[in-house]
Amino acid sequence: MSGKGAFAAASARGAPARPGREALAGKGWLRAHAWLLLRRLSQFGILALFLAGPWFGVWIVKGNLSSSLTLGVLPLTDPFLLAQSFAAGAVPYRDAVLGGGIVLAFYLLVGGRTFCAWVCPVNPVTDAAAWLRRRLNLKSGRVPASSTRHWLLGFVLLAAFATGSLAWEWVNPVSMLHRGLIFGFGLGWGIVGGIFLYDLLIASRGWCGHLCPMGAFYGLAGRFAVLRVSAAKRRACDDCMDCFAVCPEPHVIPPALKAAGQDHPVILDRDCTNCGRCIDVCGRNVFRVTTRFDRSES
Amino acid sequence: MGDSKHRRAGQAEAPRRRFLKEAAGAAGGAFLLSLGVGLYAKQASALPAAALRPPGAMAERDFLAACVRCGLCVRGCPYDTLKLAELGDAVATGTPYFTARAIACEMCEDIPCVAACPSGALDRSLTDIGNARMGLAVLIDHETCLNFLGLRCDVCYRVCPVIDKAITLERVHNPRSDRHALLLPTVHSDACTGCGKCEQSCVLPGEAAIKVLPVKLARGSAAEHYRKGWEEKDAAGGSLIGEQLEMPVRGLEDKAYGDTRVAPAPQPESRP
Repeated sequence: MSGKGAFAAASARGAPARPGREALAGKGWLRAHAWLLLRRLSQFGILALFLAGPWFGVWIVKGNLSSSLTLGVLPLTDPFLLAQSFAAGAVPYRDAVLGGGIVLAFYLLVGGRTFCAWVCPVNPVTDAAAWLRRRLNLKSGRVPASSTRHWLLGFVLLAAFATGSLAWEWVNPVSMLHRGLIFGFGLGWGIVGGIFLYDLLIASRGWCGHLCPMGAFYGLAGRFAVLRVSAAKRRACDDCMDCFAVCPEPHVIPPALKAAGQDHPVILDRDCTNCGRCIDVCGRNVFRVTTRFDRSES
Repeated sequence: MGDSKHRRAGQAEAPRRRFLKEAAGAAGGAFLLSLGVGLYAKQASALPAAALRPPGAMAERDFLAACVRCGLCVRGCPYDTLKLAELGDAVATGTPYFTARAIACEMCEDIPCVAACPSGALDRSLTDIGNARMGLAVLIDHETCLNFLGLRCDVCYRVCPVIDKAITLERVHNPRSDRHALLLPTVHSDACTGCGKCEQSCVLPGEAAIKVLPVKLARGSAAEHYRKGWEEKDAAGGSLIGEQLEMPVRGLEDKAYGDTRVAPAPQPESRP
């Protein structure tokens, strides 16, 4: 309970507008942005692999995040899409099922929401909105309950079953943004812009943290992920709140950092996206990446 | 002091109520959002007539359940025929289609678009492109088609990859000149793949006179309840109702029964 109390007291002080100042001074710019840079490299690198074909004629990966073929041999398919397809009553070919299995196995291992932080093209958009919101010191409006995404996931599958079609894919901003960048947008920009404005002006981290059923699906898939972030040096924490300010799912931190409801420092919450931004901004080097079995403190 | 105590008591019973309220709000919001999406999907699932699916596409209903909108068929197509629908197009967002008037299907023998499809939305049991049924060509405008005007355009017939089977030129009398023939391009559904080469090549500016339509729009259903006398007769080896009584017709005594054609009147050899 004392941990929760500290958390409440710290949050009363308000989130800092420019988190990571201490880390910047102590570690230098590069080390204070290492995970962020790696993440952007991953996001844009993956996008570049898809775009190298249509833009430069270098065909490494064909297709898009919904389903792709790498170097003509490796099929990868979005398991969330497959789940909708099954719900709609389709029986996909072995390629798609195999591709979905590979992707699912990968995220079972590294954490489902690792997709959200390291691959999803919407993440830079909502990160930008969150950054701007901090800079402009905007107050959050009405934020939907974070369980909304799980309800939405259920209803999306139900809608697929009821309509016999991939209903969500008509509007799914995640697949739409990625497909749009590669194959052409149409009015798809509107939906992506809408998400940016929603996150900026209405609900802090509203889309990725509360609504996205795709994130909810990957969250469920990452329940027992091996790769996790640990607040291993939590005794050094000085309650500066920087990690809470940058974390896209701040409720995952207290159990590990403040021993609220658990005794070990590993962040086991399925909502953690393994983005590693907390590692960057912490001036005391409290956090590190490890496995879920490494419960040691230092 | 008493006031704060009262407030704390109120808070103690609040979490449960707040939880229920929150869950109901979340569920309700999610339900409304997905209901809207479902209704939109239902309403937008009708494929516009000008949009054709790639060869081997399942029936539209099954197609919309199976297609994962990955665009691998688009990448497989060597002629940039296929496109993925964008939000705002009349076609379901992200699904592949082509517009015959713009770029028709070239009917590749190895059907690379079907081979590329990972989901089964394009059916791999289609191995002979001649069996594809992307739509059915219909010579829709008899008023502007040049061949119907008695001219020899013939372009749709010439470009047809299944020439003389899917499109034939049927010769009929030209009543305007009364001495020429009309060669009417005629589509046969048993051979037409719906590739759209005819529509793409139609020489009319703007809209084509021949168009590929979804088979459902292009065809009437067969009149199965009609028993055609000539077929029944062939099948039975003779008329089922007995041979008809043949009565002589004055002036046609030397002709086969039923042949009522009048011989052309003898022309005068020379004017007196």
